[in-house]
Amino acid sequence: MSVREFAERGADLELVGIQKRFPGFTAIEELDLTIPAGSFFALLGPSGCGKTTTLRLVAGLEEPTNGRILIGGRDVTGTKAHERPVNTVFQSYALFPHMSVLENVAFGLKRRRIGDALGRAHEALRLVELDHLAQRRPAQLSGGQQQRVALARAIVNRPALLLLDEPLGALDLKLRRQMQLELKTIQEEVGLTFLHVTHDQEEAMTMADTVAVMNKGAIEQMGAPAELYELPRTSFVANFLGQSNLFTGDVSGATDAAITVDIGGARVVVPTARAQRHQGRVTVGVRPEKVTLLREAPAEASEHNTLGPGRVIDASFSGVSTQYIVSVPGVGTVTVFAQNTGAGPVVGEGAEVWISWPVEHGFGLDDVPETEGRFAADDDTTSIAAQRREALVAELEEG
Amino acid sequence: MAFAAFQTAEVVPQAPRKRSRIALFLLLPGLLYLVLFFVTPLISLLLTSLQAPAEFGDIGQYEYAFNWQNYVTVMSDYWPHIVRSFGYALAATVFALLFSYPLAYFIGVKARRWPMLQALMLVLVIAPFFISFLLRTLAWKQLLSDESFIITSLKALSLMAPDAHFTGTPFAVIFGLTYNFIPFMTLPLYTTLERLDLRYLEAGSDLYANPFTVFRKVTIPLSMPGIVAGTLLTFIPAAGDYVNASRDFLGGPDTQMMGNVIEANFLVLLNYPAAAALSIILMAAILVIVGIYVKRSGTEDLL
Repeated sequence: MSVREFAERGADLELVGIQKRFPGFTAIEELDLTIPAGSFFALLGPSGCGKTTTLRLVAGLEEPTNGRILIGGRDVTGTKAHERPVNTVFQSYALFPHMSVLENVAFGLKRRRIGDALGRAHEALRLVELDHLAQRRPAQLSGGQQQRVALARAIVNRPALLLLDEPLGALDLKLRRQMQLELKTIQEEVGLTFLHVTHDQEEAMTMADTVAVMNKGAIEQMGAPAELYELPRTSFVANFLGQSNLFTGDVSGATDAAITVDIGGARVVVPTARAQRHQGRVTVGVRPEKVTLLREAPAEASEHNTLGPGRVIDASFSGVSTQYIVSVPGVGTVTVFAQNTGAGPVVGEGAEVWISWPVEHGFGLDDVPETEGRFAADDDTTSIAAQRREALVAELEEG
Repeated sequence: MAFAAFQTAEVVPQAPRKRSRIALFLLLPGLLYLVLFFVTPLISLLLTSLQAPAEFGDIGQYEYAFNWQNYVTVMSDYWPHIVRSFGYALAATVFALLFSYPLAYFIGVKARRWPMLQALMLVLVIAPFFISFLLRTLAWKQLLSDESFIITSLKALSLMAPDAHFTGTPFAVIFGLTYNFIPFMTLPLYTTLERLDLRYLEAGSDLYANPFTVFRKVTIPLSMPGIVAGTLLTFIPAAGDYVNASRDFLGGPDTQMMGNVIEANFLVLLNYPAAAALSIILMAAILVIVGIYVKRSGTEDLL
């Protein structure tokens, strides 16, 4: 596909064995990824995980150390940014300050010598409802308006693949919600392939068809948002995407249907199909909103896991729900989100409670979370070196 | 004073009204200085330029008059020098820009990752200032004289005709002007290029612009403030320069610029009105050229 013509529809993107090393560290270890044409794909991860580097590799602003990049089946690894049928909405927008809004939007069309560049630019500005500001300079617009101009400047070119680099990061919550919906609508209308990079899990889940969670230069897990949330495979995904209660113990029994894990004397049953590992030391978990708080010890039931008695050490009311933190001896602390529907007990700090959740909501992870506590001291030289490196990676990611 | 035209573009008065009296008071020393050392000499120069030779007077004796014909006379006598001045200054400005832009781009953009290299190169750009520019220009005269190693070698290699000279030619004068004003061109260019946000260049290449187009459509417009400042700092003094073109330095009889004829009229011919009229013409011409240039370059919103 030539950059001289408009993409009729989105193209699929394929990354094969991508590795990116910078002097001193590796930003991307080994990345294989296929994004089908016409989909809205989100790369989700903390800063410094390599997601922005991935985006820059696809845009052609960086060269991979190893591996190949294919857009619509064509190998573009060796081509320069201006030769790729790809446009980017930059995190900083990068609107040309010396051009009017209209000139900014028409820039790509003029470079490709596409007829009626100004007419098409006006049309794109109408799509983002900014045509009345076409003659202004970018500096005279608000952040949200600049963001929409950046979007118009990219989509006016009808790229086979549109890259979005945390484009909503600088917006306030309300505008952000509005832009999320607009982006989604535009994507459905024009049928392009969107690759969206973000660290905001809510944004990724509401907008994307497929989410890939990235950590330390590799994709941890990929799938539909609901699938990722309901069945995380690693402790990183379980904690980065929402919250999780994780318990680590040895498998004491396994059948075709379920595995039983011994957690400090208590038995927790997880369906075999929802567990990644079926023997040895494993970590199992459950989402806090799936857990019910009980004031009395429940009757033994095979379809529920029950822990307790424990003590409520913190209860914080947040309107729609109340978050309880329950300390269960031998197990640790468990977080419970109780919807304020009027059903279920309302307890205060210090109350004795049992917790329970249906077996089918549990999940078993592929790894065991690092044994160190969340607030363990990290001031030894190794940790400081690691932190420095992380900071450097983050800086490079942003720069 | 030529900078007055340059300055108006960026002045955005924001001072609250109440403090205007204090501001005026603080401006007083500066205003006083300007009246004493700028306005007074300017008026004196203007009056001198209109003087007529004193009746029965000696050479060099003039009296106040309204002898505007002085301007016509110097224009008809010295028009080749006037044209030459602006021609040489323009050529030197263009050459200095062509030489300085890549240099400033390298220091300000490519060397960003190595601050030590950046600092070293900046010092090297400024280092010539540690030697008087008269000495440096004289040194060039030595290096490029007919008996010098460079010229004899070029002649031996038949790269120069045996009877050709380098000093005394327009090329030598433009060379000297270019050399002497390169730091004035490089430093303002460096300050703008050093702040150039490379993300704009990435955005340009993302929008299908090849490297040359990115340079033409993004880098150049964004560095216009530096280009305007650098060209003004080079063009204005170069147009009035009388050292490089002088017979004692790199020039010859056929390369005399306005500065040289002003000097000759003032110090040798003792024709003060002619010298003053030439000065006024030089000043007015620079003011007009710079005014048009700043207006046309459209850098108001980038400054």
